[in-house]
Amino acid sequence: MIPELGNFSLILAFCLSILLSVIPMAGAARDNLLWMKLARPLTAGIFVFLSISLLILGYSFVTDDFSVAFVANHSNTALPIQYKVTAVWGGHEGSFLFWTWMLSAWMLAVTVFSKAMPDDFVARVLAIMGMICVGYTLFMLATSNPFDRVLPLPPADGADLNAALQDFAFIIHPPSLYMGYVGFSVVFAFAIAALISGRLDSAWARWCRPWANAAWAILTLGLSLGSWWAYYELGWGGWWAWDPVENPPLITWLLGAAMIHSLAATEKRGVFKSWTVLLAIMAFASSLLGTFITRSGLLTSVHAFATDPTRGVYILGFLGLIIGGSLLLYAIRAPALKSEFGFGAWSREVFLLANNMILVVASAAILLGTLYPMVYQAMSGGDLISVGPPYFNTIFVPLMGILAVLMAIGPISRWKKTSATYLRQQLTRLAIAALVLGVAIPVLLTLEVPLATIGTAVLALWVIFAMTRDLWTKSGNKASRLAGLKGLSLSYWGMQLAHFGFVMTMAGACLTSIYSIERSVLLQPGQSAELGNYTFVFNGTVPVQGPNYIADEATVRVIRGDTHMLDLYPQKQLYTASGTPATKMGIDGRFFRDLFVSLGDPRANGAWTMTLYVKPFVRWIWIGTLFIALGGILAVTDKRYRRYKVRRGEAVSVNPESDSVASAAPVTRAGVTS
Amino acid sequence: MKPHRRKTLGIILFITAGLSLAIGLSLYALSSNIDLFFTPTQIAAGEVQPGQRIRVGGMVKEGSIRHNEQQLQVNFITTDYAHEVDVQYNGILPDLFREGQGIVAEGSVTPEGQFVASRVLAKHDENYMSVEVKAAMDAAERQRVMEQSQAQMQEGFQ
Repeated sequence: MIPELGNFSLILAFCLSILLSVIPMAGAARDNLLWMKLARPLTAGIFVFLSISLLILGYSFVTDDFSVAFVANHSNTALPIQYKVTAVWGGHEGSFLFWTWMLSAWMLAVTVFSKAMPDDFVARVLAIMGMICVGYTLFMLATSNPFDRVLPLPPADGADLNAALQDFAFIIHPPSLYMGYVGFSVVFAFAIAALISGRLDSAWARWCRPWANAAWAILTLGLSLGSWWAYYELGWGGWWAWDPVENPPLITWLLGAAMIHSLAATEKRGVFKSWTVLLAIMAFASSLLGTFITRSGLLTSVHAFATDPTRGVYILGFLGLIIGGSLLLYAIRAPALKSEFGFGAWSREVFLLANNMILVVASAAILLGTLYPMVYQAMSGGDLISVGPPYFNTIFVPLMGILAVLMAIGPISRWKKTSATYLRQQLTRLAIAALVLGVAIPVLLTLEVPLATIGTAVLALWVIFAMTRDLWTKSGNKASRLAGLKGLSLSYWGMQLAHFGFVMTMAGACLTSIYSIERSVLLQPGQSAELGNYTFVFNGTVPVQGPNYIADEATVRVIRGDTHMLDLYPQKQLYTASGTPATKMGIDGRFFRDLFVSLGDPRANGAWTMTLYVKPFVRWIWIGTLFIALGGILAVTDKRYRRYKVRRGEAVSVNPESDSVASAAPVTRAGVTS
Repeated sequence: MKPHRRKTLGIILFITAGLSLAIGLSLYALSSNIDLFFTPTQIAAGEVQPGQRIRVGGMVKEGSIRHNEQQLQVNFITTDYAHEVDVQYNGILPDLFREGQGIVAEGSVTPEGQFVASRVLAKHDENYMSVEVKAAMDAAERQRVMEQSQAQMQEGFQ
C-alpha cells in the first residue's frame, strides 16, 4: 500500500508540473499577476510531493519491502542501513527520482532567493523549470517507475546493492554530482526567460551569476569526489579514465566554467550577451546528453546503468525537443540582444574571450572523442572502435597549458582597454622569475632535465606569481596592507582561490602522471618486492568477516631504507548475496605521495598476485578541486548579490563597487519591483 | 568599412582560425588514437596485422584459464563460440573476470597468432554485456546460422 502512495505522489507532482509550465508562463505573457503568482505555490507543491515519493522509496528500502522491484534489485536484508538508504540512488529508477527531486529542490531555492526579481521573470523561470520537471516525471512514469511491484510473489530477499557501490563515497558522490548537474537547469531557465522577455541586462547577469557559480562549484565537488572514488575503489590506481560517462560531466563543467567567465563580462560590461545565453543552453544540453549517455546503454562504460532502448529514445526525444526549441528561440531572439560596449584589442574582455574559446574547444574535443565510436559505428555499418586516453591527453593537456598562461594575465588586465606597456611592466619580471625558478627547482631536485616537470613548474609559478602581484597591487591603495586585503570583495577572493585551486590540480595531475610508478607481482607470504625507494613485504592473508561479505585481508609491510613505515591492509571481498567479488585497496595517503596496494587473485600455497603503486602528488588533484569549489561558493556569498534587498529595505545610496576593478556598467534598478 | 565592423570581422576571423586549427588537431589526434575492435572469428580469418593495437571481445572459455604458479602471467581463451583466441596477460585481472563471462582485451596479435593483452576489461554489472562482446556473439551466431542453412541446402540438393 505505502509504495502506491509514493507512486500517487509522483503522479501528483507530474500534474502540478504541467500546471506550473503553463499557467505562470501564460500569466507572464498576458500580464496576469494572479497567474504569475501561482508559480511559487505550485513549485512548493511539486517539491513536497517529490519529497514524499523519495521518502517512501527510502522507507521501502529501510523496511526491506522486496515487493517493490527496484528495492528487490538493489538491496538485501544484510545490507548495512546507510547503504539501504543510499541505495535509493543505486540504480536507474531511484537515481532518476532523486535527480528529479534535486531539480525541485533547486526550483524551491529559486522561489526563496528571488524576492528581488520582477514577478514576470520569476514566473517564466519557474515555468521553464516546470517544463523540464514534466519531462523527467513523465519519463519515470512511462519508462522507469521506481515503485513498480513484483506481485503476487515477491522474492524473499533482495539481490543486493552492486558491491562497487557499497562505499562511503557512494553516499556523497551522486548527491553532489546530481546537485551540480541539475543546477545548470536554473541557469538555463534564466537564459530562456531572458530570451522570451527580451530582458538581458546587467541586472539579469547579476541575478544569474550566483546560481551559475553555485551549480558550477557543486559540480566541481561532485566530479572531484567521483574521481577520488574511482581512484581508491576501482583499483586501477587511476583518477581519470576518459570513460564515456566521466566525460559528459567534464564537458558540462568546462562549459560552465566558460559561462561564469562570460557572465562576469556580461554583468560588468554588457558584452557577450548572446554568447552567454548560448553557453547556458549548451551547458544544460550537455547535462542532458550526459543523462542520455549514462542511461541509454549506447556506449560501453563502467557506469552504464541500463540497456533499455526505449529509455534512450525517450531521452533523445526530450533532448531534441529542449535543444531544438531553445536554439530556435535563440535564433529568433538573439539578434535583438545588442551588446553594449566596445573594447580594445588588449583588454580583460579579450582575455575572457580567449578563455571561453579554449574551454569551449576543449569541451568540443572531448565531446567528439566521446561520441566518435557511436558515429563511426553508424557510418561504417557496424564496425566498433574505441577512442583511448591518448587522444584526450593530446588535446586536453596543451589547451590547459595555454589556459594557465592566460590565467595569469586576465585578472591583471583591465576592462575595456589595457595598455600593452602596463601589462609588460606588470608581467615581464614575473615571467622571468617563473622561468628561472621553474627550470632551476626541478633540475636541482632531480639532478637531470625533466622537461615535463619544468613545463609544469614554470606554468604553476607563473600563475601564482601573477596572482600574488595582483593581490599586492590591489591591496595597496588603502591605509594598511591588511585593510587593503580586507577591502577586496569576496568574489575577487573567490576568483583567486579558484585559480589557485586550478593550478594545484594541474600541478598534481601533471606531476602524478610523470612520477607515478607501479608494479604487478606474484608474492609468496614473506616475500617482498621493491618499488621506487620502498620495499613492500607480503605477510600473508587472514580471512575476515564483514556484515554482508567475506574477505581475505592481506598485510603488506612497507619499509623505506631500514625503517618500517606502516602496514597496509588490502582486501579481496566476496559479497555473499550477489556472489560478486570486490577489491578493497590498501592506501596510505599523504600530502606528497600515496602508497597503494591492490590485491589480485590467490595462487597456490597462499601466494597472491598484487599491484603496488607509488603515486606522488596525487592528493593535490583533489585538494585543488576543493579550492576551486570553495572559490565558487565564496563568490556566491559576495554581498553585492544581495544588495537589492538591502537597498529596498534601507534605501541606502548606491555605493561604488567594492571591487577594486572599476565597473563601467551602469547599475540598473529597473528590475526591482516590490 | 566602419571601425567597429572591422573589429567584429577581426574577432570572427580570429575565432574561425582558432576553431579550424583546433578541429584539425582534434581529427589528427583522433585518427592516430583509435583502437579497432575485432571478434575472434575476424582474427582467425587473418584480418588483423600482427603488432597492430586492437581490442578483441568474447567470452572466457570454460576451463581455459591457466595460471603460471611462478609468475604473474595468465593465459586464457576468449571465444565467440565459432573461433577462439589464445590470450596472454601479464597483470592483475579485474574482479569480475571469470569463466563464461564476457570480456574485452586490449593488445596485439603476435605473428604466431597469440594475443598479448596490455589490459583486460570486465564489466561491473554481471548482467550487463558490453556492446562489443554482444556484437561478437551476434556475429558468430549469424555465421553459424548461415553455415547451418547452407549445409541444409546442400543436403537438400543431394
